Amino acid sequence: MDDIVKMIGLKNNCTFCGVFRRQALDRGAALLKVDKLVTGHNADDIAETVLLNILRGDIARLSRCTSITTGEDGPIPRCKPFKYTYEKEIVMYAYFKKLDYFSTECIYSPNAYRGFAREFIKDLERLRPRAILDIIKSGEDFRIATTTKMPEQGTCERCGYISSQKWCKACVLLEGLNRGLPKMGIGRPRGVNGDHKKETKKPGPAVKSIESKQCGSLDF
Amino acid sequence: MQLTLEFGGGLELLCDSEKIHKVNVDLPNGAAADDDFTMKHLLSWVRTNLIKERPEMFMKGDTVRPGVLVLVNDCDWELSGQLDTTIEEKDVIVFISTLHGG
Repeated sequence: MDDIVKMIGLKNNCTFCGVFRRQALDRGAALLKVDKLVTGHNADDIAETVLLNILRGDIARLSRCTSITTGEDGPIPRCKPFKYTYEKEIVMYAYFKKLDYFSTECIYSPNAYRGFAREFIKDLERLRPRAILDIIKSGEDFRIATTTKMPEQGTCERCGYISSQKWCKACVLLEGLNRGLPKMGIGRPRGVNGDHKKETKKPGPAVKSIESKQCGSLDF
Repeated sequence: MQLTLEFGGGLELLCDSEKIHKVNVDLPNGAAADDDFTMKHLLSWVRTNLIKERPEMFMKGDTVRPGVLVLVNDCDWELSGQLDTTIEEKDVIVFISTLHGG
């Protein structure tokens, strides 16, 4: 990861780390022929993700991020059993049961966008602790307008794995790193632009659908 | 008075990587002699005397940074009045950060 950051700078680190780590998890799980992949995401994480996706207008993720199980129609479903457990409860449990855990923070996390959502949520929790569960509930009850174009699931042309674009994110990022183009795969595609051919073929669905909507026709 | 302070969840890094501190604290100069010693006093004492770097990781304003758990004698300080919790001789106060990146 240090090598990657040397190349891309201190922004968008989470994108590279998250995508590659999940790819490693998926590949490892497939090698071990497991039935399910279970992660330790807690209530605070899910609430932060809901807020983050709203702040970024990531409609596709917004519709998926509060599901306790995802990918049920795929080879290895993923589950988050601690979805409703507060981080505070988990830390208290670990403390009283004298469980050993390592709490080193990722050195690149101070620059992460998620930090702002986290700060906000922690301030909310202090004033009204139920806010975290309520944000998750709101997230669960979101319904995406039927007229919004959503990405379709297909397969990556390069590695054959699941993808909503021509190439899966891991392949796009890897190609960018190998070619010395650290910005490839980062940010919203903006239109015809010489060196980002692959991603500009299909502009992000959320952007396109808002621009093409008539004033006053956004349904709430 | 004699107190035992513990730092966990990464906060120990702000205090020279020492998890447990046995300290002797007194009321600040401006307070009357028979004032109760509260968490409020303790926090400013800790900030001045124990936190060697990045104080913003431990405190925000008058209180601990949101996300830091405080246990007084193994009891959540929210049950005993937070900043108004009175501290007595031989008390054990634990600060655990719940904030972990990644």
